[in-house]
Formats: sequence, C-alpha cells, structure tokens
Amino acid sequence: MTRTFDEETRARLEVDAKEIIARYPKARSALLPLLHLVQAEEGHVSTAGIGFCADQLGLTAAEVTAVATFYTMYKRRPVGDYHVGVCTNTLCAVMGGDEIFSALKEHLGVGNDETTEDGKVTLEHVECNAACDFAPVVMVNWEFFDNQTPDSAKELVDGLRLGRDVRPTRGPGSVCTWKEASRVLAGFSDGRADEGPQAAGPSLEGLRLARERGWTAPAPGDAGAGEEAGQ
Amino acid sequence: MTTTLTPVLSDNWDRPDAPTLEGYRAAGGYRALRTALSMEPDALVEKVKTSGLRGRGGAGFPTGMKWGFLPADNPNPRYLVVNADESEPGTCKDIPLMMASPHTLLEGVIISSYAIRSNQAFIYVRGEVLHVIRRLRRAVEEAYAAGLLGTDILGSGFDLDVVVHAGAGAYICGEETALLDSLEGYRGQPRLKPPFPAVAGLYASPTVVNNVESIATVPAIVANGAEWFTSMGTEKSAGFGFFSLSGHVTRPGQYEAPLGVTLRELLDMAGGIRAGHELKFWTPGGSSTPIFTDEHLDTPLDFESVGAAGSMLGTRALQIFDETTCVVRAVGRWIAFYAHESCGKCTPCREGNYWMVQVLDRLEAGEGSEADLEKLLDICDNLLGRSFCALGDGATSPVMSSIKYFRQEYIDHFEQGGCPFDHAKSTVWGGA
Repeated sequence: MTRTFDEETRARLEVDAKEIIARYPKARSALLPLLHLVQAEEGHVSTAGIGFCADQLGLTAAEVTAVATFYTMYKRRPVGDYHVGVCTNTLCAVMGGDEIFSALKEHLGVGNDETTEDGKVTLEHVECNAACDFAPVVMVNWEFFDNQTPDSAKELVDGLRLGRDVRPTRGPGSVCTWKEASRVLAGFSDGRADEGPQAAGPSLEGLRLARERGWTAPAPGDAGAGEEAGQ
Repeated sequence: MTTTLTPVLSDNWDRPDAPTLEGYRAAGGYRALRTALSMEPDALVEKVKTSGLRGRGGAGFPTGMKWGFLPADNPNPRYLVVNADESEPGTCKDIPLMMASPHTLLEGVIISSYAIRSNQAFIYVRGEVLHVIRRLRRAVEEAYAAGLLGTDILGSGFDLDVVVHAGAGAYICGEETALLDSLEGYRGQPRLKPPFPAVAGLYASPTVVNNVESIATVPAIVANGAEWFTSMGTEKSAGFGFFSLSGHVTRPGQYEAPLGVTLRELLDMAGGIRAGHELKFWTPGGSSTPIFTDEHLDTPLDFESVGAAGSMLGTRALQIFDETTCVVRAVGRWIAFYAHESCGKCTPCREGNYWMVQVLDRLEAGEGSEADLEKLLDICDNLLGRSFCALGDGATSPVMSSIKYFRQEYIDHFEQGGCPFDHAKSTVWGGA
C-alpha cells in the first residue's frame, strides 16, 4: 500500500485542491470536498488521500482521519464501480426495502458493505434518502432509482455488472461511476445537470390534482385563501 | 369549509424547463428580486416578520425574528447558510424542490442575503443526492452569468457569492450548529448554545441558518405581500407548506396546502389509504415527532394544534402505515437509525439509543417482558431534555408514543413468542 500519491497524481490534484480551497473564506472548510476529491481518485479515502488533504490544509493526519471516519459517505476500503444503497429505514423497509436488500444479498452473494468479486457492485443498506413518496428506494452512486421491487433491483444490478445502459428514474441519462460521482461531489461539474426530468411521479401528484380541480393559491389582495367559497 | 391545495413553490414543477434560468424566468422568476433590491434591507426583514413565516425545517421558529437577532454592532462579516441536509426520516420536500426548481431557492437566497446584509451564502446540501447537487451548481453558474450573483447585482450595488457545499453523510448535520461545524471542516457535532449562530455562527461570525423551504418561500412573500401570506393558514401558523405523504396511501406525493389542513382532507386528495386497508398510525412531521393514530385524522396540521394533541408539526412528513404494519418493528428500525446517527458527543443519546436498540430487538423477537417496556420509558426519561441537541430528544418520540397507543402490541410479541405480523403484507406488492 502506497502512503503518498505519486508525483504526477499529486501535481494534478494540487491544482484541483487550490480551486476548492479558494471557494471558502477559511481553508479548513475545504476539507469535506477535498475528501470527496481523493475518493474520486482512488474510489476510497486511503492513507495517501488523508495525507494529501492534511498537506493541503496544514492539518495532521489524525485531524483529517477524525473527520473522514465521521461521515458515512467516505469509504476506508475500496468500493466497486457502482455503490448500490438500499434504503432500510422504517418507511422503505416496511414498503419492501427489507425484501429488496435480502434479495440483492442473495443474488449478488455479498453481505452488507461488501463488493462483488468482479469489483463492480458494492452493496450497502442506507438510511432515509429523502424520497419516501417513491418508496421503496434504491440509490446507485447516489442517483435515484424509485419504486423498486426485488425483481427490478436484481435486473438493475445485473445491468450494472454487464455494462448495460442503466437509467435513474430521476437523474441523468445514465449512471456515472463511483469515482466520477465523487468528483461531482468535490465540486467539479460533469456537465449533466440538464439531463433527466425536472420532476416525476409523486413529486407532481399534488400539483396535478390542483390543476385538475382548478385550485390555486389566492391572487394577491384576495382574502379567503385556500378555502372554497360558500362552504 | 374545505381546504384546497395552494401550489406556490411547486407551481412551476410541471414545466420541463423549470430547472433552467430561462424556464424559471418565463414562469415569473426573479421579479421578486428586483422588487426586493429596490427596498431597504430592514424593510424586507420587517415584511418577513409581518408575514408570520415560521421555519419550515421542523422547529417552526419565526424566520423574520431569527434574522432580527443579528447584532447590529458586530464588525465581522455576516453569513447566510441554507440547511439543505434533508435527512429526517419521512421528509422529502426540499429534494424535489431543488431538483425541479433550484432557482426558486436561489432567488430566496439572494433576497434573504440582501435583507440580512450578507455577502456570502452557503447551501449545505446532503451529499447523497448527486443530481440535486448538479442542478444547484448549474443554477448558481447561470445566475453568475446573468448578473444575478457576483458584484453589483442588477445594478443595485449589492454583492453576493454563493457556494454549494456537499455534505458527506451524517443526519446530525441537519442540526444547525452541527451543520456549521461540518461546514468549517470538522466532525458534525452540535455546539453548546448560547451563543446562538446569530451571534457566533460560521467562523464565529453572525450567521443565519434557514431551511430550504423557508428561504424558498421568501420570494413569494416579497412578490405578493405579507397579507397574501397570512390569508392562508391559521393565525399563528401562517401560510402554506409542503405536506409529504408517503407509505400506505393510494397516491403518495407532495401536496402544497395551507397550514391547518387535516390528514383526513389530505388523504381524501391522495385517494385514501391503499385499497382494502385502514389507517393504523402515522407521523405528523417525521420520525422525531410522536406518532398519531386514526384518532387524529381531524387534528389541524398547524404548529399549535399538533402540539396540543401531543406531537409536533415538524417537517410535515406524513408517513402513513396501515394495519399490516408492526409498530414494534417500525419503532425498532427508527431507533436503530438514531443509534447509527448519534454523533457520540453526549452520553444520553449515544448510550440511550444503543441500549434501546438491544431492548427493542428482543421485544420484536418475542423475547422481551413487561419490564422491558418500563426500561424503555426509563431510558427515554433519561434522554428527553437531557441530550445535547434536539436530535437526541427526537429519538424518544416514537418509543414513548408507540407504548402509549400500542402497549398491547408490545405485550402480544412476548406473549406469543414472536412477531404476530406477516411483514410481506406490508410491502407495496404484498398488500392486495
């Protein structure tokens, strides 16, 4: 295991690091994005990555490690190309998340936080990802795959392993790799913001009903808002 | 009197071009900003105070009053920090807002920063939502290019920089002082208050931390007036908000309605509980708010009424569970979440949740006893009001309220030596 990045990698990442640090009034605020940056390089936060962050910010390796180990998105061991997170918080679990997680463990032959032998898929159960109206939810490299079933989730991971086009339900046209996703988190655009729908399904349910029934917020200066007249 | 929906923040979500600056402007976006920049900052603070807008992130603290706490004589720069760390189980309103219309938030950020005289704002967004982060950053880029951010915004002389900061997975960072520590590059652990962020927040400077939905509501108040806002909702809970229905309902989703709407009315709009089933229990505002049952179908969902009925409005995250759901399993899973997410700073939360998981596990497996229920309540008694931050207090909500309403169901587990429920029937595909 290398303890530092080689010369070329280090020089390249230092340019990125300078750009990140320049965004903040105080340099240490750049630590979270810098950790995303080194994770983008290696797929996890290694000893070399921690050393790099420490050097950029004038911190000790211990100070950086204390932060890196606090946050669940930083992985201290290598992760596959695709991180598959199954929500097993109460709402998703009840709606079928537990069944999906069990089905994927069996189908992939891995346990929680383990990677398939081909290095493609790391399976993990995750906490609430703020898409409860789309339950049960699966995240791949932190893109939304809504309204999953055990069968759809198995098909999803098979597609990832076979290199097929896999499209998030609310997200870009295809899933990027774990390293590419980490680079976006570090603050470097991949130019894909305009891809995918603005909203879908349950996000539009209330608006759809309001349109159907002619319900609107009151016009400015109009009292009796939000209540039907004469009732 | 029947309450109807009042789409304001979601009104442009059915436009495919809603996320873009062009699409947002075509729907009337950034007009409020021009109005705001022609006003005195203090007049804006006053307007938001008059509107009665209360924080939409759960606690319900009056937004204008929070702004008013910034000390006038502090020479340090002021900061606006948007809490976009939406992680409370059941809460799913800010993410679709930022995905569909990031400029709604951004317009609110610019107006609010101007009002509090801040030249640097941060949007702290949870890291686990990649496409939302792309959309926010793209919106910021577009705004800079259009002169809506940067120096001398729209010729007003007002300067503002905005940074979209991605978190890295920690529920605790939704607590405002933990969020600030995290934004400063530390472990996200809550700070002792006072001093409050208004006095010593980010980099020990005067700071306002507001939820996404609160800030996104500001442009509508500026555009339409405080009276327009107070014409919706109730006297003490003014305006509208997202009610996020999830779980065993026919049409889950986002329903933007005046505060004070009831679950009965919302269920009627959402097609009711899924076919062939009935309501068992629900959370009014996320897992940290005590659960309700069918007794509370007509409780007005405003801060006062929900409080008087023994819970909290929270984030209006209505997680709905039907009669197939085991309450012991549901609560056990929530407490496993709190145990996992406890930052470890204070003993009641760190140890209390750890032990509650052990007790709830054996209760669910049918290996508990009546004494375990007393043990849980005793741990809650040592947690509630004794933990460092509200997130520790929140963990007691599902435990205490479920024992209050469903004590017999806990007893059934150990009397029958196991869970009496077939979990398969609770699933989306198993309910028919």
